[in-house]
Amino acid sequence: MMLQERMSITTIIDELKHKPGALLPILHAIQDQFGFIPDAAISIIAESLHQTKAEIHGVISFYHHFRTTQPGQHTVEVCRAEACQSMGGRHLEAHAKTKLGIDFHQTTVDRKFSLNAVYCLGNCANAPSVRINDDIHGRTTLDKFDHLLDEYSAKLVSA
Amino acid sequence: MITRIFIPCDTTALSMGADRLVALFIAEAEKQDTAIEIIRNGSRGMFWLEPLVEVETKAGRMAYGPVESKDVTSLFESGFITGSQQHPLALGLTEEIPFFKKQQRLTFARSGITDPLSISDYRSLDGFKGLENSLMYNGQQIVDEVKSSGLRGRGGAAFPTGIKWQTVLDVSSEQKYIVCNADEGDSGTFADRLVMECDPYMLIEGMTIAGLAVGANQGYIYLRSEYPVAHRIMNEAILRAEQAGFLGSNILDSGRTFNLEVRLGAGAYICGEETSLLESLEGKRGLVRAKPPLPAIVGLFGQPTVVNNVLSLAAIPFILDKGGQAYADFGMGRSRGTLPIQLAGNVKQGGMIEMAFGVSLRELMEDFGQGTFSGRKLRAVQVGGPLGAYLPESQWDTLIDYEAFAAAGVVLGHGGVVMFDDTVDMGEQARFSMEFCAVESCGKCTPCRIGSVRGVEVIDKIRAGDNAEKNLELLSDLCETMVDGSLCAMGGMTPYPVESVMKYFPEDLHAKHVSKEVVL
Repeated sequence: MMLQERMSITTIIDELKHKPGALLPILHAIQDQFGFIPDAAISIIAESLHQTKAEIHGVISFYHHFRTTQPGQHTVEVCRAEACQSMGGRHLEAHAKTKLGIDFHQTTVDRKFSLNAVYCLGNCANAPSVRINDDIHGRTTLDKFDHLLDEYSAKLVSA
Repeated sequence: MITRIFIPCDTTALSMGADRLVALFIAEAEKQDTAIEIIRNGSRGMFWLEPLVEVETKAGRMAYGPVESKDVTSLFESGFITGSQQHPLALGLTEEIPFFKKQQRLTFARSGITDPLSISDYRSLDGFKGLENSLMYNGQQIVDEVKSSGLRGRGGAAFPTGIKWQTVLDVSSEQKYIVCNADEGDSGTFADRLVMECDPYMLIEGMTIAGLAVGANQGYIYLRSEYPVAHRIMNEAILRAEQAGFLGSNILDSGRTFNLEVRLGAGAYICGEETSLLESLEGKRGLVRAKPPLPAIVGLFGQPTVVNNVLSLAAIPFILDKGGQAYADFGMGRSRGTLPIQLAGNVKQGGMIEMAFGVSLRELMEDFGQGTFSGRKLRAVQVGGPLGAYLPESQWDTLIDYEAFAAAGVVLGHGGVVMFDDTVDMGEQARFSMEFCAVESCGKCTPCRIGSVRGVEVIDKIRAGDNAEKNLELLSDLCETMVDGSLCAMGGMTPYPVESVMKYFPEDLHAKHVSKEVVL
C-alpha cells in the first residue's frame, strides 16, 4: 500500500474515532473512499481504536455491505426478496448472472461490473428492483436490465 | 405568471425516471416560452402512477402519471400547464383519486404535498407544533399524552410506546438515548423510507419530543445502507433543523438540548432486531443480546435507551399537537390510531395506504390494489415481512388489527402486504424463508443458525420426493424447535411462513413443481 493511502486511512480514522461506537462510521468512510476495505487498513484501525485485528476483521466479515477486495467500476445489486420474487425476480437474478457471465460476489473480467444479492431496496410496489451504485431502478424487465448495463457500461467511473 | 410543477424525489419516483423528467420539463417549457418552477416534492405514495407529475391550478393540484420522457412534449401540447384533462395521462385532481381520497392520513398528512426539506412548508402544515407544546410540558406530561393515544410499536412487536417511555423516564441516569430503528429490512415495506424521504422533519420532531420526555439529549437514527436517498435527505434535514433552532443546543430558546445523528447500517437484516441494532451502533458485530435486561434500562452503551421504530416516532408530533385522544379516536379495540399499510409485490395499484385499524385485508388488495399486476388470480399474500405467514384466500377477510391477526395465528408486523398470483410455487417460497434465515442469522443461537440450514436441506428433500412424509414430520419438528428455542424473532418466526405453506398450500410441497412464475 502506498504511503499516501495509509495517510488517507489515518486521516479518516482521526476524524471519526472520537465518536461513540466509531467502528462502523470508520469502515463506511474507508469503503466510500477506496471502494473496499484494504487489508492494511485493519491494523491501522485496530491500533487507533485499541482493539485487536481479529475484532476488526470480525466486524467487517459480519456485515454483507463491507468488502475486502476491489470491486468493478459499477456494483449491480439484484433484489432477491419476496416482493421482487412475486414479479419475476428469480428470472431477473438468473438473467443477470447469465448476461454478466458471473455469479454473486464476483466481478466481470473487464472489471466493469460486480454482482451482488440484496434483500430489499424498499421499492416493493415497483418490483423487480436493482441497484446500480447508488441508483435504484424499478420495474426492471430483462430488456430494461440489458439497457441499464449498456448505459452504465458507457460511463467511465463509478458513482 | 409562473406555474408550479411538482415532480417527486423519493426513491420510487427516481427508480421510475423522475430525475430525467426535470431537465425535459425545463427544456420544453423554454421552447414553449412558458414560465415554470419545478418543486421536488415527496411522494403521495401512489407508486403505480410514479413519476406522478402535478400542476398547481386554481382548482387544486392536477395529477398526470405515470409520466415517461416521451410524454413531456405532448403534455405541453395538450395544455396540461393550465390543468387541461385532454392528455391520456390526466388523472384529475390528485386528492380526488380514490386510492388517495379514501385514506385517513395522520402521519402521512404532508407526504407528497410539501418539499421535504422546506422548513416553511413543514411549519405551514402543523410542523413543530407538537414540539412547541412539549417544551411547555414536563416529561411525565408528555409520556401521559403518548399513553393516552394508545400508540403501540409500529416496528412489529406492538408494545405500548408510552409504557416504554415511562420505563426510561423512571430510571435515573445522567445519560439516556433515543434510538430510532430505521433498519426497515422487511420485504414489502417502505413506510419508514417514505417518512425519511418525504417528511424528514416529522421524524426529527418525534425524536426530539421523545428526548424531552425521558430526559435524553442524544439520538441516533440507525438507517439501513440500502436507502441512499433517505440518507442524503435525512442528513440535510438535520443540518437545516439545527440551523433553524429546532435541534441541537437551546432548542427554540428553551435551554433544552437534543442532538441527532444518522448512523448507517451495513446490510445485515438482523440489525433490525433492537438489541442487535444496539450492538451495531456500539461498533460491534450485530449479535443479539439476551433479554432481560431490557434496553429501556440497560441499552446503548449500557444506558437507558428508548428504541422505537420510525413510524412510532413519526406518530408523536401529531399526538403532541392534537392530543393523545385525537389519535386514539381512530382505530378499533386495542389497536388505536392508524397504520401505514404498504401494498406491494404482484399488485396493480401498489403503494402506501394509511388507514385507521379495522380495514380488511381483502379491501386493501381488491379496492385499493385492484388485484394483481399480472391480471391473474391472486393466490397467496405474505403479511409482515419475511417472518410473516402466507395467507390463503380463507384468511383475507381478517381485519387489520393486532388482536384479529393474532387470533388468526398470523402477524401484522410492520404492515407490509406482498401479493402473489397463481404462478407462485409455494414450496419455493417456504424454502426461501429458511434460506433467508441462513443468510441473515447472527449465529448466536443454535436453533436459528443450524436450524435454518437444515430447514433448506429438508425442504429440498421433500420437494424432490425423497421420503417426503417422514421429512415433512421432521420439518414440523424443526419448526417447533426454532420457534421455542431461538433467542429472538429471526429464528423464532422464520417457521411462520414455512408452517403456513405446510398448512394451506401442502400440494406445492408434495411434488416438485415446474416454476411458471410471471416474467415481465
